[in-house]
Amino acid sequence: MKILVCVSKTPDTTSKIAFKNNLTQFDETGVQWIINPYDEWFALVRAIELKEKDPTTLIHLVTVGGADCDPIIRKALALGGDEAFRINADSNDSFYIAAQIAELAKQNQYDLIFTGKEAIDYNSAAMGGMIAELVDFPYISLATLFELNGSVATVTREIEGGEEIAEVIIPLVVSCQKGIAEQRIPNMRGIMAARTKPLKVVEPATIDNLTSIVNFELPAPKAGCKMVAVDNVPELIRLLHEEAKAF
Amino acid sequence: MSVLIVLDQSDNHLKKSAFEIMSYGSKLAEQIGTSAEALVLGTVQDNLAALGKYGVSKVHQLSNETLNHVDGQLYAKTIAEFVAQTSATVVIFSQTHTGKSVASMVAARLKAGLVAGAASLPDTSNGFIVRKTVFSGKAFANISIQSAIKVIALNPNSFSVITTEGTAEVNQLNIGIDSSKIKVTAINKITGEIPLTEADIVVSGGRGLKGPENWGVLLDLAKVLGAGTACSRPVGDAHWRPHHEHVGQTGVQVAPNLYIALGISGAIQHLAGVNRSKIMVVINKDPEAPFFKAADYGIVGDLFEIVPQMTAEIKKIKGIA
Repeated sequence: MKILVCVSKTPDTTSKIAFKNNLTQFDETGVQWIINPYDEWFALVRAIELKEKDPTTLIHLVTVGGADCDPIIRKALALGGDEAFRINADSNDSFYIAAQIAELAKQNQYDLIFTGKEAIDYNSAAMGGMIAELVDFPYISLATLFELNGSVATVTREIEGGEEIAEVIIPLVVSCQKGIAEQRIPNMRGIMAARTKPLKVVEPATIDNLTSIVNFELPAPKAGCKMVAVDNVPELIRLLHEEAKAF
Repeated sequence: MSVLIVLDQSDNHLKKSAFEIMSYGSKLAEQIGTSAEALVLGTVQDNLAALGKYGVSKVHQLSNETLNHVDGQLYAKTIAEFVAQTSATVVIFSQTHTGKSVASMVAARLKAGLVAGAASLPDTSNGFIVRKTVFSGKAFANISIQSAIKVIALNPNSFSVITTEGTAEVNQLNIGIDSSKIKVTAINKITGEIPLTEADIVVSGGRGLKGPENWGVLLDLAKVLGAGTACSRPVGDAHWRPHHEHVGQTGVQVAPNLYIALGISGAIQHLAGVNRSKIMVVINKDPEAPFFKAADYGIVGDLFEIVPQMTAEIKKIKGIA
């Protein structure tokens, strides 16, 4: 069993979001970088659990980015990956990134490819679907449970207004979210072991960027919170009804 | 060249998000001087000709039961073939569960640039630039799509439904479909509740409610408002409320017209899931709760005293006995 887990470097969830150079670049000043929580807590941990059940399982990690991604890849290795690939390219285009990962996936013949349901920086929720299409695997998005019996995966995924349980023969691509696994903390043994695990830097394939970021905008600041006195609840409801027209 | 709008369905009916993307797609078509057409996959029973009132000139339906379950591979193959036949240059989805399963696959198949999570109409004055939410709603990015075919997935609740006069021509397609590799064995629909992502109003509770036995006040308020109910992460983690109600960075992201937060302090991770709401109301006994900084209206006080008064007052206005 070979599993590929796709991880992305994102700003910590509490980061202040600011931009520089005339709002064309994300301002990294003071930002703590983390593994995208959906990739780490759900995709990677579920892969580790599968390896704990079947120790012959091999977990590969991949990210697309510069050398600044190495610390988060090492952390992912400390949690439990066997080997990591960093595709040495800088892009914000989903297709470009997915196509790079798909190239690696085609060479290595994975049984499962896990992604987080979305990255918390660009929120496109596009990576899993694009990779699946490019490697021609079925795609299960927004999975909350994943079990494997031989070659049959039983998955639960969120659909409009509920959930769906389905069986799919591997190989397949799964985008993972809450429910599929629980967050773990790397232990000292894992951190030491991660230092010697292979982190291979791969040069990117020639692929076109189909989109590019022109600039960023910050939402207009709120006018401020209108406070209503605790003994005047009818006034709050009047404001919501007449001023905000919210119901 | 036309704008193709792929409509979401659930249980053989179109959803609110479908009306939003038809409105969005026909405005875009008008802007770039072409026509808007809709595509319905599956055995939807609604009156499709009537969809003309959302601005689409034609509605194509591929009425095949296999397509009632979303299989991204089958959807992408079918949609991509249809795009090639009709020479559509822009394909529009809603960024719902279905859209998240399908839009990316269609884009990859067509080698089309994708903007997923679009927040407004594209700027087509010089190129094709789409504004989307980034950093969990804390900012926007303007994304230029360079490819010949463009794929957009619009955030639900971010574009108002526009209706006009008109009837659409309905075209039943006859295209063969492969069997699905995803074998659906069970479906559990959440019944009797308003799906959070579609709710116009959401009432949400935090640790300030002190325990699951106290949820009655919140449910009463939600009922008079016809609102969906949600909760903060600690409440979901403590199993006071079901997991699907958890809104926030790692839970469901909502964008209702009105979000009412009861006893939620407003941690940044919670705000990331709700900050696309149009109006936010906060009831909290702690005047220092960070949520007040993000809110539009607030009361500092005991929610157990305030909320029943809110419910009673709304009943008066709505004329509910």
